[in-house]
Amino acid sequence: MIDDTRVTASDVFVAMLARDLRVARREIGFTLVRTLMQPTLLMIVFGYLLPKMQMLPRAYVTTLLPGVLAVSLALSAVQSVALPMVASFGATREIEDRLLAPLATHLVALELVVVGVIQGIVAGLIVLPLGRVIMGTVPGLTLSSLGLTLGMMILSASAFSTLGLWLGCAVNVNQIGLMFSFIVAPMLFFGCTYYPWDGLHVVPWLQKAVLLNPLVYVSEGMRGVLTPGVPHMDPAVVAFALTGVTVIAWWFGLRAFYKRAVG
Amino acid sequence: MIETIALRKAYAAPLTRRRAGSGDATRSGPVLALDGLDIAIQPGEFFGLLGPNGAGKTTTIGILTTRVRATSGQAFVAGVDVASHGELVRRRIGVVPQRPNPDRGLSVLENLLFHGAYFCLPRAFTAQRSGQLLEQLGISDKADAKVDELSGGQQQRLMIARALLHEPQVIFLDEPTVGLDPQARLSLWEILRTLHRDGRTIVMTTHYMEEADQLCGRLAIVDQGRLLACDTPAALKARAPGETLIDLQLDRPADGASDACRAVPGVSRVDVSDHDVRAYCMRGGEALPGLIKAVEAHGHTVRNINLAKPSLETLFIALTGRRLD
Ligand SMILES: Nc1ncnc2c1ncn2[C@@H]1O[C@H](COP(=O)(O)OP(=O)(O)OP(=O)(O)O)[C@@H](O)[C@H]1O
Ligand SMILES: [Mg+2]
Repeated sequence: MIDDTRVTASDVFVAMLARDLRVARREIGFTLVRTLMQPTLLMIVFGYLLPKMQMLPRAYVTTLLPGVLAVSLALSAVQSVALPMVASFGATREIEDRLLAPLATHLVALELVVVGVIQGIVAGLIVLPLGRVIMGTVPGLTLSSLGLTLGMMILSASAFSTLGLWLGCAVNVNQIGLMFSFIVAPMLFFGCTYYPWDGLHVVPWLQKAVLLNPLVYVSEGMRGVLTPGVPHMDPAVVAFALTGVTVIAWWFGLRAFYKRAVG
Repeated sequence: MIETIALRKAYAAPLTRRRAGSGDATRSGPVLALDGLDIAIQPGEFFGLLGPNGAGKTTTIGILTTRVRATSGQAFVAGVDVASHGELVRRRIGVVPQRPNPDRGLSVLENLLFHGAYFCLPRAFTAQRSGQLLEQLGISDKADAKVDELSGGQQQRLMIARALLHEPQVIFLDEPTVGLDPQARLSLWEILRTLHRDGRTIVMTTHYMEEADQLCGRLAIVDQGRLLACDTPAALKARAPGETLIDLQLDRPADGASDACRAVPGVSRVDVSDHDVRAYCMRGGEALPGLIKAVEAHGHTVRNINLAKPSLETLFIALTGRRLD
């Protein structure tokens, strides 16, 4: 019989991480299309065609790139946690194997979040050079503070990955479509992705209202580290807000996860 | 080593929507799946849980395997409290669920390899044991198949292989042979007998009396969340009332005929439910004509007659008022 003292939480955690990365790698084609289609199209139309037609100023790409990056990163993080979770808590119950593994339930949830963070960052790291290729030179783009950029990406991906945990537990299979049109779409358009937050001062009440949208901080955070020359929120404020989102979403997400995981 | 003490589980009632106009929200009471269940299973026992649909078998296994939280009461597995030390319990158990839930992102073999990794087994050991289990369960030709390409019974076999991979001390099987063909059923029986000889503790639910009779050292009969009887199959069979169970199906609801049936010589007990009259008799052949006369005298017509030998089945019907088919 197997000696059960050899079981250590970190080994189990790593094994589950390996499982998720194996599955992600297998689905990489599908994942790339899912995460890259929208930003690619956006950058072609708004970052290449419209400026070339002179319907948008060339400098607009400076605003657009961090925003597109933010969307890809955030959506990728949220989806890679929420979508499989909805399925595996629904019909397939395939998460059961991991819930029966010798690992505390909150660590199973944490592992799912870590996978989301990794997927979000990977999406961001792919979109960045892609944007450069499609849109040509981006005025004001500095890649000097790569460490800061990576840090901001981690914070952003953590916020949206934990939000994915919460959503994935709160939503049923038949509500997924609804979730995208009612939560994700408004979040995208009022997420300061296609315009800087500073510009919203033209509609003061809206400028305050969008502060409830976590995507705003991701977009503004990316502006702060990628294009520090244009107006943007203070990165310290952004970091604080994203940490707050992560803590709150983790708290509610974990409670929802327990409710789903232990009947 | 496995013990439940006054175990209760109430599932929250599904909220039925407030009817427009009527004003009051209707909420049926919570579903009481377990109602004070006490069971004690010794190390090394082969223990069976028997009960009709909805009796609470899966709920009991869910609580013991840390997947369902009890509303009140306590449960211990391998001497460990499942509510407070779930992770320790999970190290020692293997679970075959009622509905197969393989990891669909992985191939058949990967399901086992990753399962081994979750239990921190050495890779070489996992690989060797996976091959051996797939062979034993007759799905080694499917090792590299996607899970979705397996038939229902093959998925069930994979679930069994996965539950046994890490050589758990305690094995829970929730209706493991449902969906298996006769050959696979026999080979599972063989595997379970071997494990039992090796000293593992096995807890199994089943609807098949023959299976319970053949495999289990002790059986608990559960209905509506309560323990009705718990003993060896032989002792339980000896408790079955009468020698033969005669089941008469009538053309219309049988009420009224029961007293007349009870008066028939040789009948020791009569249960009536809907169109059915169940009579437990000492000698079936002698009582049968009398019974038919008695119901016909009440204006009933007999549509069908079933005779059952004394068995777990007759006891089960006597205890729960239900058949197990
Ligand atoms: N998740 C749930 N939510 C609400 N009620 C539930 C849930 N699971 C089970 N029940 C109810 O609890 C009772 C016991 O169910 P359980 O699944 O334990 O029965 P069982 O003995 O395993 O039956 P079967 O032989 O059909 O598998 C049933 O009345 C069932 O409707
Ligand atoms: Mg069941």
